[in-house]
Amino acid sequence: MSTNRIAVIDYGMGNLHSVASALEHVAPEAQVTITSERAVIEQADRVIFPGVGAIRDCMAEIRNSGFDALVPEVIASGKPVLGICVGMQALMDHSEENNGVECLGQLPGTVKFFGKNLLDEQGEHLKVPHMGWNQVSQLTDHPLWQGIENGSRFYFVHSFYVQAEKREQVVGRCHYGLDFDVALSDRNLFAVQFHPEKSHTAGLQLLKNFVNWNGRV
Amino acid sequence: MALAKRIIPCLDVDNGRVVKGVNFVGIRDAGDPVEIAKRYNEQGADEITFLDITATHEGRDTTVHTVEQIASEVFIPLTVGGGIRTIDDIRTMLNAGADKVSINSAAVHNPDFVRQASDRFGAQCIVVAIDAKRVSADGEPGRWEIFTHGGRKPTGIDAVAWAAKMADYGAGEILLTSMDRDGTKNGFDLGVTRAISDAVPVPVIASGGVGNLQHLVDGVKEGRADAVLAASIFHFGEYSVPEAKAFMQQQGVEVRL
Repeated sequence: MSTNRIAVIDYGMGNLHSVASALEHVAPEAQVTITSERAVIEQADRVIFPGVGAIRDCMAEIRNSGFDALVPEVIASGKPVLGICVGMQALMDHSEENNGVECLGQLPGTVKFFGKNLLDEQGEHLKVPHMGWNQVSQLTDHPLWQGIENGSRFYFVHSFYVQAEKREQVVGRCHYGLDFDVALSDRNLFAVQFHPEKSHTAGLQLLKNFVNWNGRV
Repeated sequence: MALAKRIIPCLDVDNGRVVKGVNFVGIRDAGDPVEIAKRYNEQGADEITFLDITATHEGRDTTVHTVEQIASEVFIPLTVGGGIRTIDDIRTMLNAGADKVSINSAAVHNPDFVRQASDRFGAQCIVVAIDAKRVSADGEPGRWEIFTHGGRKPTGIDAVAWAAKMADYGAGEILLTSMDRDGTKNGFDLGVTRAISDAVPVPVIASGGVGNLQHLVDGVKEGRADAVLAASIFHFGEYSVPEAKAFMQQQGVEVRL
């Protein structure tokens, strides 16, 4: 069996070691590379598209590195791709953050601000960012949910949330003042708002599922 | 179904060793921060805070190495604080595998540092640590001020106003320690915890004074903290993280089990 090559796309935004070391932990036999090289990404068997920080800066770096063309090509190639956090947001059409930023348009929908007046069921103010462990409802069976109990908690840290246009692409939802989409699936593409690399057992299981996924639903 | 309140064990580390003592059943080498962080991770801690109290330059290199080791084996969020003074310090810790850094006295000396750090790395990884001490007399409405140098040096800065300013400057979270309560085991200072939690839009971690599990519940329910931090009750094995979570759940606090 050939080596499982996993490329973690590095476009200069933040620390990717957590993602890489979590992947190495669940797949010691795999070859995990943090990379900004087109050839390495093209040759990889599967690709992680992460992201942290402000969307304006992320999109600027993505465009500077030419990944605005490469990422859609990689997705179109059919290999498994996992978007994480701002990586997921960058895959949408548009984000409200930074007075409005055009994104990659790989998943139809928008990224919206939680708002300064987010309230819980008792009318109490909710803190933003949404930071900590929240429950994810799995809406469908998906190979990446395998072995993860429905309603498991994952670690989130974000102030903007995804609202997908195609409801059939939504495979995971969460509630924090409002319901929002936290896992999207489109063929070989899976995208999550939470950080699987920081979500202990459930997160590691999801990464393990990704490492073994053939990209088919 | 809601966001869980977080329980955060804190490791005070000097030259690569956990100080204040730790006593886990079955671990002889109790002062190794990597082993201790792994144990808390297995117990279901929601995050780990690593507070570096190393004074020497050489010791700082040890800290970076320790953070790297923890980050490669512990897959929950890791905050590193102590001696974070420059953008380079932050970059070093994030590259070593920290998810967040906690800034304390450098913020007091230069508040703009927090703004720069947040712009550069994002608010999600910038925690501002506040050491507050009550300055109002008994019977007066509560008033607290920021102290530096381990609670010895007053700054004259109002703690609640300071917390609001730091959130405004881009802190993604506030780590609030009551210097009156730290080490006393008498429970959090709920007054300042509540005042700051109500004043800032970002999450607040309560710290200082935990002596039993009811204190953790009080921090959340009365102090309205989003997370509770404790060191000695966990280190000395008085309570485990699962015991703390089970108790909090019984008392109606949402936790990750």
